Parts: sequence; structure tokens; C-alpha cells
Amino acid sequence: MAEGIRVRLRQRGPIPLDATLECAPGKVLALVGPSGSGKTTVLRAIAGLLRAGEGEIHSNGECWFDSRRGVDVETRRRRVGYVFQNYALFPHLSALHNVMEALLDRPVAEREQRARDVLARVRLAGLEGRVPAALSGGQQQRVAVARALAREPQVLLLDEPFSAVDRATRQRLYRELAELRRDLAMPVILVTHDLDEALMLADQLCVLHQGRTLQFGDPYAVMTRPDTVEVAQLVGLRNVFRAGVVGHDEARALTIIEWRGHRLEVRLQVAFAPGAQVTWVIPQGHIMLHRRDRPSRGERENPVSGPVIECLPLGENVALTVAVNGPDRPPLFLTVPAHVARRNGIATGVEIGLSLLADGIHLMPSDDTRTPAKPR
Amino acid sequence: MDWSALTLSLKLAGWTVLILLPLGIWAGHALAAYQFRGKAWVEALMALPLVLPPTVLGYYLLVAMGGASPVGQFYESIFGKPLVFSFEGLLLASVIFNIPFAIQPMQRGFEAIAPEVRDAAACCGLSRWRTLWRIELPLAWPGILSAVVLTFAHTLGEFGVVLMVGGSIPGETKTVAIAIYDRVQAFDTAGAGVMSAVLLLISLLAIGAAYFTNARSRIRRHG
Repeated sequence: MAEGIRVRLRQRGPIPLDATLECAPGKVLALVGPSGSGKTTVLRAIAGLLRAGEGEIHSNGECWFDSRRGVDVETRRRRVGYVFQNYALFPHLSALHNVMEALLDRPVAEREQRARDVLARVRLAGLEGRVPAALSGGQQQRVAVARALAREPQVLLLDEPFSAVDRATRQRLYRELAELRRDLAMPVILVTHDLDEALMLADQLCVLHQGRTLQFGDPYAVMTRPDTVEVAQLVGLRNVFRAGVVGHDEARALTIIEWRGHRLEVRLQVAFAPGAQVTWVIPQGHIMLHRRDRPSRGERENPVSGPVIECLPLGENVALTVAVNGPDRPPLFLTVPAHVARRNGIATGVEIGLSLLADGIHLMPSDDTRTPAKPR
Repeated sequence: MDWSALTLSLKLAGWTVLILLPLGIWAGHALAAYQFRGKAWVEALMALPLVLPPTVLGYYLLVAMGGASPVGQFYESIFGKPLVFSFEGLLLASVIFNIPFAIQPMQRGFEAIAPEVRDAAACCGLSRWRTLWRIELPLAWPGILSAVVLTFAHTLGEFGVVLMVGGSIPGETKTVAIAIYDRVQAFDTAGAGVMSAVLLLISLLAIGAAYFTNARSRIRRHG
């Protein structure tokens, strides 16, 4: 039997689900999707707090749920570590006793020492006697993590564990979780709507929308090479356009597409036949701004140009919207550091040159049935 | 001062609390934790003694427990004495008219516990009993305490139902509230005054103690 956790859930209502995912021991799987996409529902079903209409859940070869065989192991017997969004600590018990409650299957004599060890591991030594209300948000989160880990669970479930703390604390907790996970031997499933968080912490990414798992894979790959337009939009890719395939140049490992009269060279993707209509997407990190004072060789790669129609400062960066081939067509979006924008004299109305890096252009089947805004 | 009436009232209040405490915890917990068909009707039925005139409730209890009723006949066939106008009958009536005072505060107490806390207990591997004992009861404690105090104080002061079901048999069903009424009827205002003052003091002490304990547990929990 395979190790780790394998989940397949299906139901029509009350919350529709059609989710398949798996996570190996020691790996972090991020479940991402917009609010209401069913992320927490999947997590609750894994913990047995909710019974899905049909499906199976297997953990380390143990069957926790199988609708066909009528298996539905009780939550208390599933050995899950669950960190709830608002931590759900026992408010009347100290940090130590919160953790000790998760250790009831151990001999009484061992419980306190084990609880102290786990609390020390999440850097809470010295605060064991405090009740949750006397701890900061970050400290409460650590108690919740300690309580979840104390039982040595077969799977660790984290439900938006960073959403209730301030930014500085969140950055620190990210680092701590990244450190902690090196020692964890169980699969970790992290629910989040924050893609940067997923990119930072996860080994694998699963995009969920309306209860359906749309794409599963390496986080960077999912975020730069989505399978469908729907995934592209869910992972926040804004540069989504339609084009026709001209042909493939296998010698140079390139596919040629035609977009608004430009011949664009893109990474070789032979799955799309010449003549086919495709949707293409480019992450903002693969759009290069041409420097006005010092032209470089890179400018020969898929050059396009157009006037800046919006120039929005966002702290240290500036978000640019560029009209390519006319103001009535969907524009290109890119973000550049504020100093780059300043040095190049970029402002609304200024004509700029851009290179669309071939390696970053990803082709998808032309599918505009699910897109609210038609890419052109 | 009618000591036997006071003792009887305290005994009645004590037994009522003792019977309603486990019953209220069970019912309050069930009503807070589970959804079921007809729940609103069950809650409405249990709240009825709050709005019904005590004499009306007393009348129905008298009819339901009287010698002509199946309940009264069953009781008499076992214990050889009538249920009405006895301490046991009075206790049964007292338990029934105190249901809302006992169950509602406990239900509110259990409802105040965040559902995720129960979920967390299950994820920690706690059994249902352990969850109730270690998590839910301590968290619902203010509600339970309110229920105990309300039931106790309300039983001490109940008049209409006691008079209808129990009559006024000294040492058996004559509670302090009835004794006060008797004294006033006999123009013994001094005696009625002393007993009223004692009742006032006991009720105040009970409610004061409840508020004090609740405030202290809140301070402890919130640092």
C-alpha cells in the first residue's frame, strides 16, 4: 500500500465536491482557490468532521473513508493533526494542558514531558502556563501547531493558519514552518488563498474551484504553465490572449504563433497543430522592459511596443498597463521596480518597448467558454 | 418564623436542582449541539412555563397527577398514597415548572462554545465523555451556574403552582412562600416581614454568589 494520503471525494451538495489529491510523507501540498472553493470542506472531510457523498480516503495504507464499503472512521480515531483557521484552542486550559489533551493515549507520566518538548520545539518554552487569551496571535498559532503535532499524526492539516496574524508575524511563522517541515515525516496539507504563501511553502499545488480540483503539480509550473484558462485566471495570470499556431521549428525548439500581426516565438509545444487556435499566457516575470538608453540583445526576442495607458505605483513597484496594437484590445500587464520606472521616465502616455520572453509563453487549448472576459 | 416551612422550601429547592442539573446538562447540550426536526417545537414547549400563569400550569398538573389520572393511579398503586398534596407531587411539579429556568441558561452556555473547539477536541482524539467533562462543561460553566441559581431561587419563591398542587399541609407541602401568605391573611405582618426578609437574603446571596463566581472565572480565562 502506498504511503502518505490519497483522497478522492465527490458529492453534489450541499457543497459540491469533485476533488482528487494525494500527498507523500514529508511533503507539503497547498490547496489553493478563491473563497468558497471548497478548500476547508476537503480538509474537514479528510479529518472526518464532514462526510462526503462518495469517495475514498486512505492514509498510510489505512482506509479512513470508503463510501462503497461503508467505511467511515471516526475523527478521534483518524490520527489527524488539525490547525484550525482561528486555532480553536481550549480557552480555559493553559498552553501545556491544551497540548496534553492531545496525548491521552500515552501513559500519564509521559504526557507532561512530551507536551513540554513539543512546546519547546515551537519556541514556546517558558509560556506553558499561559491560557490562550494571554498569548499573542503568533503564539496561539504555535500552540495550535504543537497540539496538532503532539499526537504524531499521520497527516497534518493546516487551514489558513497564517490568516489571523499580522504581516511581520506571518513572515516569521513562514520561516518557522519551513524549518519545522524539514523534520516532519507526515504529509502536510495547507489550505490557503495566498499564492505567494503556497509558492514559498509547498512542494505541490492543487488548484480548487467550486469544489473541483483543476490542476495538480509543482507550484511554479502550475502558476506559470496552467492547463486551462480557468486555472490561469485562478492563479492570477492576467496576460491571457488568443493566437493562431503558425508552425513548429523543432531545430530551434520553438513554436511560432501569430498574435495581432506579430510573429511570436514561443517554447516548443508540439501538442498544438499548425493552424490551431490557442490561448496563450505569459507571467509578468517573463516580460522584459526595453531600456531606452541602452538597447540590448534581449530586445530581439518577441519585441512589442505600445503606450502606457496606466501607471500605478504600488509601494516599491509600479504596475503598468500597456496597449499593444490599439487601445481597444486587451492590454499587457507588467510590474517593474519603482526605480526602473523612474530611470526610464515611464509615465502614462509614454511609448515603451517590451520583449515577451519565449520561454515564458505558455500555450493552452483555445477555450473561451469559461472565461468571463474574452481574450483576443 | 416558620422554620419548618423554610426547611421544606430549601429541601424542595435542593431536590429540584439535584434532579434538573443532570437533566438540564443533557437537554441543554443536545439542543445546543444537534439539529433535528421539530427542535423549535421542543424549545417552545419547554419555554411554556415562562409565559403560562402559574395557576394554569398548577391546574393542569393537579389534573394530570390527581387520583383520576393514569399517573396518579400508577403512583398510588406503587406507593399507596396519592401523588397530589404530597412532597413528591410538589417536587414533580417543581421540576416541571423549572424546566425553562434550568435548561435555557445551560443551552445558551453550550451554544457559546465555538463549534471548532468541539471539532478540535475530536481531532485531539478525545472521547465524547472526555470532551463533555474536560472541555464543554468548564466552558458552559457560567450557564450551568446561572441555571442552578435561577432554579433554586425560583423554587423558593414559587407560589401559584405550589398552592394548586401541594395545598398547604404543614411540614409536607407548606413552603415558605405559602407561609408568608398565611401570615398576611392572619394579619401577622411582623412574621410575614421576617420570613420575607429571610427569603430575600437567601435569594440575594445565591444570585450574588453566582455573579461573583462568573466574574472570577472570566477574569481567570481572559488573563
